[in-house]
Amino acid sequence: MLSRQGFKIAALATAAIAFAATAGSALAQKKYDTGATDTEIKIGNIMPYSGPASAYGVIGKIEDAYFKMINDQGGINGRKIKFITYDDGYSPPKAVEQARKLVESDEVLLVFSPLGTPSNSAIEKYMNAKKVPQLFVATGATKFGEYKSFPWTMGWQPTYQSEGRIYAKYLMKEKPDAKIAVLYQNDDFGKDLLKGLKDGLGEKAASMIVAEESYETAEPSIDSHIVKLKASGADVYFSMTTPKFAAQSIKKVAEIGWKPMYFQSNVGASVGSVIQPAGFENAQGILSAAYAKDGSDPQWDNDEGMKKFYAFLAKYAPDANKSDGSVVFGYGQAQTMVQVLKQAGDNLTRQNIMKQAENLKDFTPDTLLPGIKINTSPTDFYPIEQLQMMRFNGQKWDLFGPIISGEIRD
Amino acid sequence: MSAAPEAVTESSAIEAVPKRAMTLGYGASLAALALLILIPLFVKNFIIFQMTMLLIYGLAVLALNILTGGSGQFSLGQSAFYAVGAYASAILMETYNVNYALTLPISGVICFAFGFLFGLPALRLSGIYLALATFALATAMPQLLKLNVFEPWTGGVQGLVVTKPDPPFGLPISQDMWLYYFTLVITIAIYIFSVNLLRSRSGRAFMAIRDNEIAASAMGVNVALYKTLAFGVSAGITGVAGALGAIAVQFVAPDSYTFTLAIQLFLGMVVGGVGWLPGSIVGSAFIIFVPNIAEGISKGLSGAMFGVLLFLVIFLMPHGARQVAMMAQQIVGKFKRS
Repeated sequence: MLSRQGFKIAALATAAIAFAATAGSALAQKKYDTGATDTEIKIGNIMPYSGPASAYGVIGKIEDAYFKMINDQGGINGRKIKFITYDDGYSPPKAVEQARKLVESDEVLLVFSPLGTPSNSAIEKYMNAKKVPQLFVATGATKFGEYKSFPWTMGWQPTYQSEGRIYAKYLMKEKPDAKIAVLYQNDDFGKDLLKGLKDGLGEKAASMIVAEESYETAEPSIDSHIVKLKASGADVYFSMTTPKFAAQSIKKVAEIGWKPMYFQSNVGASVGSVIQPAGFENAQGILSAAYAKDGSDPQWDNDEGMKKFYAFLAKYAPDANKSDGSVVFGYGQAQTMVQVLKQAGDNLTRQNIMKQAENLKDFTPDTLLPGIKINTSPTDFYPIEQLQMMRFNGQKWDLFGPIISGEIRD
Repeated sequence: MSAAPEAVTESSAIEAVPKRAMTLGYGASLAALALLILIPLFVKNFIIFQMTMLLIYGLAVLALNILTGGSGQFSLGQSAFYAVGAYASAILMETYNVNYALTLPISGVICFAFGFLFGLPALRLSGIYLALATFALATAMPQLLKLNVFEPWTGGVQGLVVTKPDPPFGLPISQDMWLYYFTLVITIAIYIFSVNLLRSRSGRAFMAIRDNEIAASAMGVNVALYKTLAFGVSAGITGVAGALGAIAVQFVAPDSYTFTLAIQLFLGMVVGGVGWLPGSIVGSAFIIFVPNIAEGISKGLSGAMFGVLLFLVIFLMPHGARQVAMMAQQIVGKFKRS
């Protein structure tokens, strides 16, 4: 039990610390917004640690670990990052509650990397009304990057539409007379990707795409769709699918002896969770596109960036699975965030944070493919817009061809 | 049909609650009301928002309480009614520019009709079978909302963004505070309506069916009518709660109304005390705040912590908040006598 004397001392000490803290922020009022002081920068985050998308929760853990590393190295311009991350269980109303808690109760400087299209859609209006940066949202939906209507919201990864356009570009060059069959997931991801493909094909889209099938994530099997698509006589097949269905698709296409030019969307292109279960022999020659290095690919063992990444994992996240795309993703995002804070210097207002986020020039996080760069401007809120085509060969993806840009410009 | 012998004898999970014990005394009601009116004047907007959600989930739990505590029917499908109410309100506001206050009764009526219609086939089921049928409704709803056919109205997976109403007449209060008092007025109105409903002839019929269906029908209660009516009323109130929820959160999407929500509401009812209407607010507080507390204790094990806390509550107070309230009442009673 605390003695009365001891309690008094503790109370005095607390008061002294509190006074010092307020005095510090009062002196430096000009440079700081809520959430930043001489010693600390508060960053908020919302992740689905529980619920249907809990597999992505690892992104939050990696980001937390990355900021710990930065703090151990002395922080950013002498300021330590305080990373406050909350669980929303992938539920939009909960995301709103957590966003409000972060902004109004924890008083963070900005909200970084909130995950999922529904959750981000739910908080977008609030964040913009409050003028708090909603930076580098962890979703590829094209709607996050509309700088005119939502100047406080920015994406990070290539949008699904960009990816679709890149496939279209490749196809127009390699096989302009293709007859295309498309299987897409009936949600924002599948539809955005399909739209990108159609936009990229332009006027020829209507004549080139001979069959379209959509599936629901609740369907146990997509076999019947694939049989139907084969019957359309197409010689190019797009599998715009998430991991589980991507694996089913690869297997089924091989099983029925269909040999189209096969495109697999990036989210369903993981070697560990898709190709291996579907069988390496079934996946030879499949095409896809990537922007980040594969953490389990030995070709990066001597890569400078990936060496740093592996060193980070060994020290700060020894349990993390390096072949999990989310680990690579979280690392790259956190590194971009740190870059923005470094650029902001001592002017840690929300306005300046956005200004710096809009002013990333040729920035290359360790985990992006060589040649892919992050560029933003006050009229470009899509940081990563380039991808490189890759072909599955043996037991890994071989990158080939130039870096292709899938910029979305009206 | 009520005379048909039951193939499975169900253990009565809901014990008979005398109707007096369903509400609070005047003194306690006024004290609770005073707190609900005064607290928002002194706290941050974020807390006001949480209190608004507290009232909204409280309404939804209350609706389930009428159904389960009142008429003895289970439902794991309340999230579906909540979703319909929320979407009805959001679509009316955003597509047809209807005033937000007007959308509430419309949502209520739509959900009442929906619940009443669903209650008809549900009549043939009871106990755990009814729970399963409503469970099917809850799992189907998010997918129905994603269907292409409805997308022009529902916005598909992307959902709909709802504009938050400003305080009327240029009142100098924040949007959050206005919405809170608006919600409070509606909550009180529905609470009074519910209390009176359960004290009325219909309420007695509900309870007679709950306590013994065969005896009730022998006494001339139209079992089929009152069972479906209970479903309708419960769905209607849930719909209003859903509509308020859409306005408060400013966003509706299929993923907001998954089966998890139905379970949460069920949990709130049990923790608050089945059949005890004031417990709805306590149950609602449990489902809003306890997950946050659990997350605060351990991030990685938040689900397990939540389970432990829930287990403690059920183990120590099997009748939920009602038990606490009764114990408090007894203690106060002793003081008065001595």
